Amino acid sequence: MSLSSATSDLPARRKLRLDPRSAALIEASVIPLAALLASALIFSLFLTLLGKDPIRFFALVWTGGVASSFSFQNTLQRAAPLILTGLAFAVPARIGMTLLGAEGALVLGGLASALVAIPMVLAGWPVWLGLPIMALAAMAVGGVWMGIAGWLRHYRGVNETISSLLLTYIAVAIMNFLVEGVFRDPGSTNKASTMPLGPDWRIGDMPGTSVHWGLAAGVIIAVLLWVLMERTTFGFAARIAGGNLRAAQAQGLAVGKLAVASCAIAGACAGLAGFFEVTAVHGQANASLAAQYGFTGILVAFLARQNPLAVVPVALLFGALGASGGLIQRRMDMPDATMLVLQGIIFVTLLVSETLYGRLPFLSTEQAGDRT
Amino acid sequence: MSDAIFMVLMAMLGGAIRVSTPFLLVALGETLTEKSGRINLGLEGNLVLGAMIAYATSYSTGSPWLGVLAAGLAGMVLSAGHGWICKLPKVNDIAVGIAFMNLGTGLAFFFGKPFIQPTAPRLDAIALGAWSSNPQVQQALKVNPLFFVGLGLAVLLWWMLKNTRWGLIIRMTGDSAASARAMGVSVDRVRLLATSAGGFFAGIGGAFLSLYYPGSWSESLSSGQGLMAVALVIFARWNPIRCVWAALLFGASGALGPALQSIGFSKGYYFFNAAPYILTLVIMVLSARSQKAAHEAPGELSIVK
Repeated sequence: MSLSSATSDLPARRKLRLDPRSAALIEASVIPLAALLASALIFSLFLTLLGKDPIRFFALVWTGGVASSFSFQNTLQRAAPLILTGLAFAVPARIGMTLLGAEGALVLGGLASALVAIPMVLAGWPVWLGLPIMALAAMAVGGVWMGIAGWLRHYRGVNETISSLLLTYIAVAIMNFLVEGVFRDPGSTNKASTMPLGPDWRIGDMPGTSVHWGLAAGVIIAVLLWVLMERTTFGFAARIAGGNLRAAQAQGLAVGKLAVASCAIAGACAGLAGFFEVTAVHGQANASLAAQYGFTGILVAFLARQNPLAVVPVALLFGALGASGGLIQRRMDMPDATMLVLQGIIFVTLLVSETLYGRLPFLSTEQAGDRT
Repeated sequence: MSDAIFMVLMAMLGGAIRVSTPFLLVALGETLTEKSGRINLGLEGNLVLGAMIAYATSYSTGSPWLGVLAAGLAGMVLSAGHGWICKLPKVNDIAVGIAFMNLGTGLAFFFGKPFIQPTAPRLDAIALGAWSSNPQVQQALKVNPLFFVGLGLAVLLWWMLKNTRWGLIIRMTGDSAASARAMGVSVDRVRLLATSAGGFFAGIGGAFLSLYYPGSWSESLSSGQGLMAVALVIFARWNPIRCVWAALLFGASGALGPALQSIGFSKGYYFFNAAPYILTLVIMVLSARSQKAAHEAPGELSIVK
């Protein structure tokens, strides 16, 4: 008896003994970082096999995404929609839903804000009244669009992953249909677009920067959603439902409403990203809205472990990769899909790293293990 | 008027056969994978990568059939990666599928850049409509051999799953991993093999896209066919023969827009583009809670739990 307790204590003494919360926090930081490092190594190997210099690649990512104030502002500009689409994946994920439809909600949200703007611009409404209406329209349309996936999941048993992706294709088709048809601006010859909003209706940059307000909105919403998920009854109920659906139902939680609400919040976030793309970047709605932000947001949320606060720095990372893409294409003579390959490698490596939770050799597993 | 209807119907029949082939091949691959109890959402990546590899191989060797083989092998390798990762503990197969969709598409675009311009030898069609003097009938009945490969595969898979020892092992692994283990079957190995074979079929589906219809390689070649095929498997209730009918139905809905355009009705072209997606969604809603589907679904499948 004494012998067995001595041997079982031995390995435990070499491990860090932490309270479960800190152990989980360490796991949630160390494992994704290790996965990032591993994917950088795999990608370097990939580049080396192709006869390209990996050190030059990462140096160019630094130059193109971080080094100068111009490139850093470019990064911030690209991070703004990624924060919102990342949140759009992270929130439903907490209730156990894999919702991929942010791209569709972004496209329809952007389209809705451009369309409601047309009568207001023509009637000469004040901008301070018009922009909030546009933002609300974008959030409402995005929210309803994703809410459909949540509703179908909960009340009809339709898998939300597939339905939300199908809704994305339908959203893009609706946008093309309207932009190429009824709402096409006769002046848009090269690329069918809605009526340009004009300089007054563009949302400006934040003072002292060339970064639009979408970044500030993204950060504020990330904090709000963190509070919602971590500090309110709603978030608590959602996490219970995500952990064990049957238990949540047995407790009398309105699981269906929680699911639909989570999806609607997600869609509203993505719709808002579409609003900023229209008012701050393009000035009108057209096919440029479908710029893969919705899909990159999925990866952002996975890397952030579905934590709304962590979404912000991760979005910056992918913003920097996006910002340096053009430079890498020109200087290293590589196709624009290089970043897609890197993203794919990061994604796969990250999912492989999921298997490490609760099994890190230097953390006491008995305490951390039950918090996976 | 009746002429126009005939033209639309003929164009839809031809279109259904043409458009359905990649659906069919991917759906059969997914059926095999899901029968073993695992879901691979990443077959869209196989489809795109297969299309690129097939086109590149056909261009460099001059043999489109070698391209078909290479596409299948590329799809197999990709899915073997999926199968290998999914056997690790705590890994979610749906998320891995999304990641492989990204990776496959990214690799295809990365290596496919030089092949967007050149023209590669394409697969020849079999002219089954030679008996008719009507050019529309002839056009509609030009059928690619890969369609018959798909049909043959469907029958073979159906027979294999129903009557053979391997089929029994796959079905048992999909219905209850615990009983399969009790019988001494290595669940992970069965699923790895089923996923890899499924990936091979999906890769061939990609070869059809780039080597026959639309018949060239571009980055906008696939628009979610791989994904719709996964939904189609649920609709076909994991039965290879029903996959054939479901794929034809999907093909017809996909051919609706171009068919209407061919008679000069192009008003809602972009809207008809959405028809296959809307149809998929409607079908998913109708089939999700059906008792039959619940009864026939492999018990281990995470998507129906």
